[in-house]
Amino acid sequence: MTTSRWTQSLLFVLLAILVALLFTSAVLLMAGASPVAAYWYILKGAFGSWTKIADVAVAWVPLLLATSGLLMTFAAGLWNIGIEGQIVLGAIFTTWVLRVLQHSTLSPAVILFLAIAAGAIGGALWAALAGVLKVYGGVNEIFGGLGLDFVAVALILWLIFGPWKRPGIGSMSGTEPFPQQLWLPTLGQSRLSLWALLLGLVSIGVVYFLLSGTYFGLKLKAVGKNPRAAYLLGIPTTRYLMSAFLLSGLFAGLAGAVQVTAVYHRLIPAISSGYGWLGLMVSMLINFQPAWAAPVTLFFAALNIGSIQLPIVLKLDSSLSGVLQGALVLSFLLMSGVRQRWARRHLQEAEHE
Amino acid sequence: MEIQLRHIHKTFGPVHANDDITLTIPSGAIQGLLGENGAGKSTLMKVLSGYFHPDAGEILLDGQPVTIHSPADALRLGIGMLHQDPLDFPPMKVLDNFMVGYPKGLGLPRAEARQALLDLAAQFGFSLDPDAYVGSLTVGERQQLEIVRLLWLGAKALIFDEPTTGISAQQKEKLFAALRRLAAEGKTVIFVTHKLEEVEMLCDRVAVLRAGRLVGEAFPPYDLDQLVRMMFGKAVSKGERVNTALGKPVLEIKNLAVEDVRVRIQGVDLTVREGEVIGLAGMEGSGQRHLLRACAGLVRPVDGEIWIDGHNLTGKPYHEFMRRGVAYVPAARLEEGLVPTLTLLEHMILAGEQKGLIIDRQAALQRTQERIQTFSIRGRPHSPIESLSGGNQQRALLALLRPGLRLLLMEHPTRGLDMESAIWVWDTLKRRCREERTAIFFMSSDLEEILHYSDRILVFFSGQVSEPIPAQETDVEHLGQLIGGRGFQPVQEATP
Repeated sequence: MTTSRWTQSLLFVLLAILVALLFTSAVLLMAGASPVAAYWYILKGAFGSWTKIADVAVAWVPLLLATSGLLMTFAAGLWNIGIEGQIVLGAIFTTWVLRVLQHSTLSPAVILFLAIAAGAIGGALWAALAGVLKVYGGVNEIFGGLGLDFVAVALILWLIFGPWKRPGIGSMSGTEPFPQQLWLPTLGQSRLSLWALLLGLVSIGVVYFLLSGTYFGLKLKAVGKNPRAAYLLGIPTTRYLMSAFLLSGLFAGLAGAVQVTAVYHRLIPAISSGYGWLGLMVSMLINFQPAWAAPVTLFFAALNIGSIQLPIVLKLDSSLSGVLQGALVLSFLLMSGVRQRWARRHLQEAEHE
Repeated sequence: MEIQLRHIHKTFGPVHANDDITLTIPSGAIQGLLGENGAGKSTLMKVLSGYFHPDAGEILLDGQPVTIHSPADALRLGIGMLHQDPLDFPPMKVLDNFMVGYPKGLGLPRAEARQALLDLAAQFGFSLDPDAYVGSLTVGERQQLEIVRLLWLGAKALIFDEPTTGISAQQKEKLFAALRRLAAEGKTVIFVTHKLEEVEMLCDRVAVLRAGRLVGEAFPPYDLDQLVRMMFGKAVSKGERVNTALGKPVLEIKNLAVEDVRVRIQGVDLTVREGEVIGLAGMEGSGQRHLLRACAGLVRPVDGEIWIDGHNLTGKPYHEFMRRGVAYVPAARLEEGLVPTLTLLEHMILAGEQKGLIIDRQAALQRTQERIQTFSIRGRPHSPIESLSGGNQQRALLALLRPGLRLLLMEHPTRGLDMESAIWVWDTLKRRCREERTAIFFMSSDLEEILHYSDRILVFFSGQVSEPIPAQETDVEHLGQLIGGRGFQPVQEATP
């Protein structure tokens, strides 16, 4: 029984992937496209050239950062729906520091460092707000977070069309780009910044270490699984819940900071690009296990980049990647449900014998 | 309607809640169902009312075998149940709640229902305002609403599960009058209780359950001593009593008052000394748990003071009590005591000493293996805690306790354990009293356990607390009567 458990989980994973592919293929057939061609173009679009691989990495970093943050809140049993807003606030804080310091005499490296740190703080503060609402105000973090997401979007639009608008007229294309010395240096001709990549990988490493090797992480998990027992075991639960929010917001804020300093070099309305939502999907897909975060976020980033050229080559909408991602998450959840039922039935049969 | 239960069995995991129960309940009389907590009364009634499915056995109504699939099914057959905690809809208006479960059609005959509600209420002398919100009613009024609702829906047999808990004396009188009237009208009335005086006052016949079995039936005039013996069974030998020499005071309770929605207890004065064991006896919900929780800082007292080792900790949080050497062991192991999905090892890490940032897994593993040995836990360090059996979870809880505690507060230390494990648990607890001078303050519904292991006993009854009774000066019969409310000075009821 125990020896076959590993092969059993592998079987269910493969089954889940199959279900997702079948569903997506059905959608493709309904749209009148060949599934095989679509999957081939996605693959080509993601890994067909060095530029494309670099683009995948560019999308990977913020997704990895958002997922890192979410894993902290999920460990504490919290649904940090406010992650999108926290990314936005990170971007706003970073832009703010860049704007203030861009004409100063500080070296660009120092300015960039301060700007990114400010982004982390901005995200953490926005998360702290959801945390205070939850812990002290009794507002479910899903509602609080969702509300704060809307406020964040309103804030960024106001800034772009108001106080921070381009000389002349504000537009959806965002604020005035920053001078090139305030861009995070990129690799060769590509848009990939090794600094950003490093930041993303270090972040998920830190999260993995915190959750698997430290007293802090273990206590956080205890609070997440059973706050009452955790309290009786002597864990100050409110402090731990707040820490989870702060850390989650910090990583989300970094994602926003990277989007500003390494990718767009200015503030745009869609600065979060939905990476927060995608991070939620990844977290569910990997069953909140940090060890799987890096490969799965990479895969999702590849799907996003790979489907960009679908409209041109197959006249399909690029949101197909979203269909496949959503189908994957749903089929994984479905399969884990099926698996639990199956295991329970086997257990009962074993008991009856 | 005559109800016949034949060979009813119902198990929950390892617990045999109803073990081959056969009982005939005639109509036109008030049938009492007596037993202590966990005797299987509620389970049996939930089987009858379609809430649970029996594992085996059959139910006959007026001689016809029936299968009851759900509470709605039971009501169609004429069986309605008032649950111990009102299962109604606080945000609804009385009239709307009254009409919930109305089985016919889509349209609701509001005017007709309003008239029926008022008529039925008038018949029983209940005053129910159809436009009031259910949440604003007292527990007693919510019961009255439920009675008229079930009658309107055609109930011919009514089950009352501990209906006198949490209602005022006047409401109790009205309730009893209503029950007598229902019986006089030829309805079947089943009255579930643990209170002897209520059986004496109300019931035309009584069946006694103990540990899932039907022990016997009795008819008036009742021999109360016999009922107590039937309820609590005979003594089981647990070896010699061990008395520990007592030291200086650890816990001092001064004129304490605590309350929750249902009960308020007040004026409790008690000093617990090093090495002393105090048992709290009484039906569940009589305030014992609240007193225990107050002594750990988990519940804030309404009045009075709590001192630990000469420090006034009244109103301080639980973690402050913990620092002073107080530990709390809850009865709901998986809900409050342990963290499901975490392993035994992880629990040991959480409860143990923590140095630095990084977990020393090697040391923790060694410590866990030692504890598994010492506490004979059947499980491995990497077993998820919920995979252990109830008894082993209890052992794990005890293994998590730090050494050198000053005061140990426990809810039902041996609930769900077999005899042997229970004796083992108390051996380890008593050793703490002897060797570490720990004081133990515990509640239990097992009178034998309380008598055998306590130095002194407090009895709780409906919000009243007895003087501490030295364990040597009392016995099961005496305690049973006290728990049933006999021997308590009649004090005015706590109005909820």
